Amino acid sequence: MKKTFRGGTHPPEFKLTAGHLAVRMPDPEIVYIPVSQHIGAPGKVIVNKGDVVKVGQPLTEPSGFVSVPAHASVSGTVKSVGPYANPVGREIEAVVIESDGKNEMFEGIEEVAGWREATPDQIRERVKNAGLAGMGGAAFPTHVKLSPPKDKPIDTVIINGAECEPFLTSDHRLMLERSGEIILGAMLVAQAVGAGHIFIGIENNKPDAYEALKKAATEFTIVQVEMLPVKYPQGAEKQLISALTGREVPPPPGLPMDVGCLVQNVGSCVAIYEAVRYQKPLTERYVTVTGNGVKKPQNLIAKIGTPFKELIDQAGGYTPNASKLLMGGPMMGLAQWTDAVPVVKGTSGIVVIAGPDAKLDREQPCIGCGRCVSVCPIFLLPTNIARFSQLEMFEEADQLGATECIECGSCTYVCPAKRNLVQHIRFGKAAILAERRKQQKKSA
Amino acid sequence: METSKDNKPDTAPGAENTPATPAAAPAKPEMPPVEKPRRFTLSSSPHLRDNESVTRIMITVTLTLVPAALGATWVFGLRALWIILLGALGAVFTEWLVQKVLGLKVTISDGSALLTGILVSFNLPPGVPWWIPVAGSVFAIAIAKLPFGGLGWNPLNPALLGRAFLLASWPMHMTKDWLPAFWWQRPGFTFFTWKVDPQSILVDGVSYATPLAKNKEALKNIWDQANLPVNLVSEALESVHNAGQQVVDLAVGTVGGCIGETSALLLFVGAAYLLYKNYIDWRTPFSFIAVVALGGWMFGGGEELFSGDMLFHIFSGGLILGAFYMATDMVTTPITRRGRLLFGAGCGVLTIMIRLIGGYPEGVSYAILLMNLTTPLIDRWTIPRRFGHELKKATANAAGGN
Repeated sequence: MKKTFRGGTHPPEFKLTAGHLAVRMPDPEIVYIPVSQHIGAPGKVIVNKGDVVKVGQPLTEPSGFVSVPAHASVSGTVKSVGPYANPVGREIEAVVIESDGKNEMFEGIEEVAGWREATPDQIRERVKNAGLAGMGGAAFPTHVKLSPPKDKPIDTVIINGAECEPFLTSDHRLMLERSGEIILGAMLVAQAVGAGHIFIGIENNKPDAYEALKKAATEFTIVQVEMLPVKYPQGAEKQLISALTGREVPPPPGLPMDVGCLVQNVGSCVAIYEAVRYQKPLTERYVTVTGNGVKKPQNLIAKIGTPFKELIDQAGGYTPNASKLLMGGPMMGLAQWTDAVPVVKGTSGIVVIAGPDAKLDREQPCIGCGRCVSVCPIFLLPTNIARFSQLEMFEEADQLGATECIECGSCTYVCPAKRNLVQHIRFGKAAILAERRKQQKKSA
Repeated sequence: METSKDNKPDTAPGAENTPATPAAAPAKPEMPPVEKPRRFTLSSSPHLRDNESVTRIMITVTLTLVPAALGATWVFGLRALWIILLGALGAVFTEWLVQKVLGLKVTISDGSALLTGILVSFNLPPGVPWWIPVAGSVFAIAIAKLPFGGLGWNPLNPALLGRAFLLASWPMHMTKDWLPAFWWQRPGFTFFTWKVDPQSILVDGVSYATPLAKNKEALKNIWDQANLPVNLVSEALESVHNAGQQVVDLAVGTVGGCIGETSALLLFVGAAYLLYKNYIDWRTPFSFIAVVALGGWMFGGGEELFSGDMLFHIFSGGLILGAFYMATDMVTTPITRRGRLLFGAGCGVLTIMIRLIGGYPEGVSYAILLMNLTTPLIDRWTIPRRFGHELKKATANAAGGN
């Protein structure tokens, strides 16, 4: 039986850049490093205007457990600290660094002797210090994932190489170009949580990546590389776990650890490896710059904090009719209002959509075709939740499981009436969660 | 892209996207020194849509009815085609007129009115006067569809409600205007003949009466209980007793009956394409037909159980048209998979009850209309188990607003 999950859909793949070797960006002159690039508490800035910083130097210190530091990605002078446009949609405090072009490394970024024998605590410590947050897009602090409570043992580590978003190929390139490091990183993850099994899930439109990882994993018997049928959202955490292990993560606040699983993106694996072996912070990442709105789509290795504009210029610039700019893939990516926003830890790709493809459809009434119901990977009734949300009947939306929606967009993709289902559901979700917080405050 | 939210949806990047305004005007960038600010379209994800649309679905469904329409034209002459066109035009014109008069957005381009009009005509006997299809489609659009809010909001299938209206208003035309297959080949008529008196043609059709008399006993149950129109009864009779050739006739459509109901095979061709395109769910027609076949087999043989003729019940009347084109109407039927199975089964039970013990000639349309009314209830009963939930908790929750 083919390993897969129930529901999902098949958007066109558009993997324009799958065969393009990742190219290192020329160094940016100025980087804008947001103090918060992760889910959780933002860090506290520990540098001041005029300070001289080096590559990998922490700019913030974490302000809690679910918090990670941000690091300088170039060496140079801190120009300012203040609110700056951010790809998540609002302004976030950022440290602006003017590069001196020397790329001097911060002290202490060197190979640690005996890194292979690192204890779980050491691994977590180095991962946290390196500022790792999930690199697949959601950007959840990695060390938190690596710290499961004692009563929830993790037996299976799952490495996410599905890359089910159309257009994006950064993980694909990473799997080809850094396969050995991915496997070592995965082993360190398993070591940190005491898991005895590692799955690597790859969609079968990337057979070369499958082969590369299989080859890299030959001497590691606990690693099992699996080919998965192409289906969106294969790379969603819950769906990937379901496809590979048959286990269903309980609804929120349930987590993968409730079913003994831990999921890491391939990019995170490389970063974990570098953090544990070299104590190297996360200062650059693979970014796919693609879409019919850029002239020469390609895969780039970019410093965190580089403005999107420079990556787009590197990819040949905009086509004349470029009209929509996304961070992330077209299914879950965030539309940007400006290309001045910087690359952050969760920026897996920049997609530029041209002319007619960016046109917004007029919403028509639901005709009850049920397509959204059959594609929903959480088995919700998207059209009903959306309708309740539109009518502001949040209690009813909540009873139908609005807060369990993973916002994958499958329902909206297939809707023949072009309803903005996910948007309505998000609206309902936000209202429900706000109400819950209010209730909690009241009872507290 | 890793689409996980790590169960922190309240702080996920997506939540930051102001949900209520899809295309708010981009604010001017403040800090970044951009030479020439480009204006980007802003909207909530996903930014990719497939190329299905309501219009495409409606037009495709309409096109799949073309083979059956042509088949009907061959069997019943050009008259059948005129009736179909009258129904279609009546529906489209009514929608245009009502929306124009009320100052609403005209939606005839979505193709749903056209489809409704054709389906109204498909449910008519081929000998009806010209104004019957027009009256039916006007009712279907102006009363059964638009007052509820137009496409997507009507609780009952407009085409079937149109037919119910005709049956209640002009029962004589609706139950007596049958024409035998290939009547136009008889002396005095041509393929293009419009004017025909169904009564005289039927009286003329003695061939129907003979087997009827011969097998009076066998027929008695069906005749007494079902009160089927003359030609259908004769079909029943023929197929019951000469299974081979007669069932083939029923399937191919070279028999009397409603315009669109006659040729099961041609309807299958269209329905197969719709199934392939996933425009209709196999569950509804499957459970509908299976229940009718089973019921017909168990109770259709009169006193003796399990002696009825399955094939007769499947191919006669409007079952095929109803099961594949009416009971699968997206708007008026459940959206859940289990709900569709249940809906079809319910239609089947009602159909066989009306056929065997009810007072109406044919049960399919009333069965579907009655089941349409249960759609919100069925949707409420069949809420799927959600991902990660235990089976028992799933259905305890409230329902959808269909």
